[in-house]
Amino acid sequence: MTPAFDVVLVGGGGAGLRAAIALAEASQRLRIAVVSKVYPMRSHTVSAEGGAAGVISPDDSLDEHCYDTISGGDWLGDQDAIEAFVREAPQELLRLEHWGCPWSREADGRVAVRPFGGMRKMRTWFAADKTGFHMLHTLFQTSLKYTTVVRYDEWFVTKFLVDDGRVQGVIALELATGRIEAITARAVIVCTGGCGKVFPFTTNAAIKTGDGMALAYRAGAPLKDMEFVQYHPTGLPFTGILITEAARSEGGYLINKDGYRYLQDYALGTPQPKPVLRTMELGPRDRLSQAFMKELDKGRTTDTPYGPVVFLDLRHLGEQLINRRLPFVRELCMKYQNIDPVKELIPVRPVVHYMMGGVHTDINGATPLPGLYAAGEVACVSINGANRLGSNSLPELLVFGARAGRAAADYVAGAKDPGTTVVAQLQDEQRRLEADLLQQRGRERIADIRQEMQLTVEESAGIYRTGASLIRSAAKLRELQERARDFRIEDDSRTFNTERIAALELSFMLDVAEAIVTSALRREESRGAHQRTDFPLRDDQRYLAHSLVQRQPDGSCRVDYLPVTITRWPPAERVYGEAPSDERSHYVARGAIPSGEGV
Amino acid sequence: MSDHITLHVARYRPEKASETTFDAFELPCPKEWVVLDGLNHIKDRMDGTLSYRWSCRMGICGSCGMLVNGEPKLACATFLSDYAPGPVRVEPLRNFPVIRDLVVEMGDFMSKLTRIKPWIVRQVEKPLSDGEYRQTPGELDEYKQFSMCINCMLCYSACPIYGLDPHFIGPAAIALAQRYNLDSRDEGAAERMQILSEHDGIWGCTFVGECTKVCPKHVDPAGAIQRYKLQSAVEWVKAFVLPRAAQ
Repeated sequence: MTPAFDVVLVGGGGAGLRAAIALAEASQRLRIAVVSKVYPMRSHTVSAEGGAAGVISPDDSLDEHCYDTISGGDWLGDQDAIEAFVREAPQELLRLEHWGCPWSREADGRVAVRPFGGMRKMRTWFAADKTGFHMLHTLFQTSLKYTTVVRYDEWFVTKFLVDDGRVQGVIALELATGRIEAITARAVIVCTGGCGKVFPFTTNAAIKTGDGMALAYRAGAPLKDMEFVQYHPTGLPFTGILITEAARSEGGYLINKDGYRYLQDYALGTPQPKPVLRTMELGPRDRLSQAFMKELDKGRTTDTPYGPVVFLDLRHLGEQLINRRLPFVRELCMKYQNIDPVKELIPVRPVVHYMMGGVHTDINGATPLPGLYAAGEVACVSINGANRLGSNSLPELLVFGARAGRAAADYVAGAKDPGTTVVAQLQDEQRRLEADLLQQRGRERIADIRQEMQLTVEESAGIYRTGASLIRSAAKLRELQERARDFRIEDDSRTFNTERIAALELSFMLDVAEAIVTSALRREESRGAHQRTDFPLRDDQRYLAHSLVQRQPDGSCRVDYLPVTITRWPPAERVYGEAPSDERSHYVARGAIPSGEGV
Repeated sequence: MSDHITLHVARYRPEKASETTFDAFELPCPKEWVVLDGLNHIKDRMDGTLSYRWSCRMGICGSCGMLVNGEPKLACATFLSDYAPGPVRVEPLRNFPVIRDLVVEMGDFMSKLTRIKPWIVRQVEKPLSDGEYRQTPGELDEYKQFSMCINCMLCYSACPIYGLDPHFIGPAAIALAQRYNLDSRDEGAAERMQILSEHDGIWGCTFVGECTKVCPKHVDPAGAIQRYKLQSAVEWVKAFVLPRAAQ
């Protein structure tokens, strides 16, 4: 049968929209669908604050951005992918400038850059502190001019159509009407973002339930490096609202309950009045979140009704700078914490922010499953390794969104039409979603299972982990999987039934949680964001490798390993807190072009 | 202050009833809770059938617009304790068809958004290899405020003109048109002016500025509309004064 579309995109955030535009520009004959469970401009890209890294200054070089990314990721990133990413990021950010993104500017009209954590040069482009918001709206509004892009707004994908070993489209449910349809295609690109809602305390929006990870996993694609979960060091205590790293790159201090800049005790350099690159508050996120836990152990944090906190001090920056460069930080503090950072300390604590792991792809976004591509946070290429640097995720979704779009355009030119089993698959799924889910009157509340899952995952797969707690957690998650068969769904309506969606999302999250815990248990070392107190050292002999979790026919998962691609930067120690001039020997690759390769 | 508050929540279930009814829920009211926390408490603990949209919980995704005691608000940015001792009435945004409970139909807004061509229009595209379009901080400030719209539709819900005439293109779409018109990189103002003037709703807009009052992001759509009116009045006069070719 002829498919309805050439390519279906699942997810309409930054990566999905960038891929859609890449496809529309590849050929006007391609029929493209964007299927998203929310209107695209609601996607979580909208919440990104600080900025997007891309080498642009004359004193910067591509090699330095590569080195920062590689060392920031504790050598787990694939260096061929990182080199491609770093090379293409400035072009992609520039393209966004041409599409109207309101980047902050220098006095002469050039794009301005700011420092960011773990980056040795100023290379982070920004639109005040609403960078993700402006990027998403620019991409969405620009996408509206391509008439070959058809949108399915507020359609929830429940399953990938797989036949003959190929992905051939999706089955999706329209929220407004409850209509269930097979949307057939020659290829699918999944761009659904992360899975922060697997944890109880996260910066992630309500929609970040790991849908695309679970859909791909169930369809037979492996999930890679799922044990690497990023805690951002500065979230507001009750809401988990993110206070951007830009607050520190503009000069904010992190202090404990004694007013002491405690990061100096954790191999991050010595405190200076002004921000110093790759030092103190501009260290990488994994190290900063781990330092918080050490302060907690030492009793140097402050207790609040919503957990222990340290403080972010912006007072010395002054009202004018805060209003100009960090207006959203001030707005969020005043609106949600009833605190004015111009005059008061901001209470903060580490909060789950980003998933380094995701659907296993190659450098073009292709998964091992023919016809399935992935890009953005849902994917793991991997450029982020064991710890992502702040401001690398926004350019990542552009670079790999565009790459996945172009690769899918090439693939569909030679791909076969979907087979005839599509009809049967649709009928099976309709039965599951209607007869089963709308009639389900079991005993278990969705909210109860969700909460138990979140606490279990945090308890075992938080900032510090042990084998014993991960084993307990794996058993608990299996119990929750069983109990989730006995959901009580009170809502039997087909019209905008958000309870049915919540049940489907929870079942996705349970699969993702299992992948996280299983991979974390198997990795018996400490690297980047994965810290095992029972295995405190990095072990390159055994684990300079990506974990790959593959679903087995009985529903269990198997973990395999794939070597990391090293091109020019052999594994070394991560060093922060040195003066930049002393560091050159660390980042110049052996036998590589020394520098000056920059734009 | 009482530690509980009652929410009267509008319910509309088209498969079950043709009329909107109200359900009352008595909730805890910690000082940190916003209206959205209250709704989530209802959904998780009291009545799983309540439907509403939400996502970011930080006032940037624009999903959770609704009426709180009759005023258009983002549920995530409206503290429950501000309404103590209650009760608080929560309803879907005014001026839109309701799909279910607090969920409104937004297809009309989405098509209006597309109509005003919210993208950079250029006669000649500069190649990427030539770098960025220079834009000074002053030029950025010209349109920046209008680029802050999160499409939450509170302004449509507050707009008396849109309430009477759904063909009116509306505050957010006009502000967004102006966002591009005033961008130094854009050359599409003339095309957009034509689209805005297709319908005369814009001339019915008074200086009331309800849209600007309810905007959670200080976009000032009313300012955008007044600016447009002035601009098009000048164009209209120019058409008489100047020979055609000089326009």
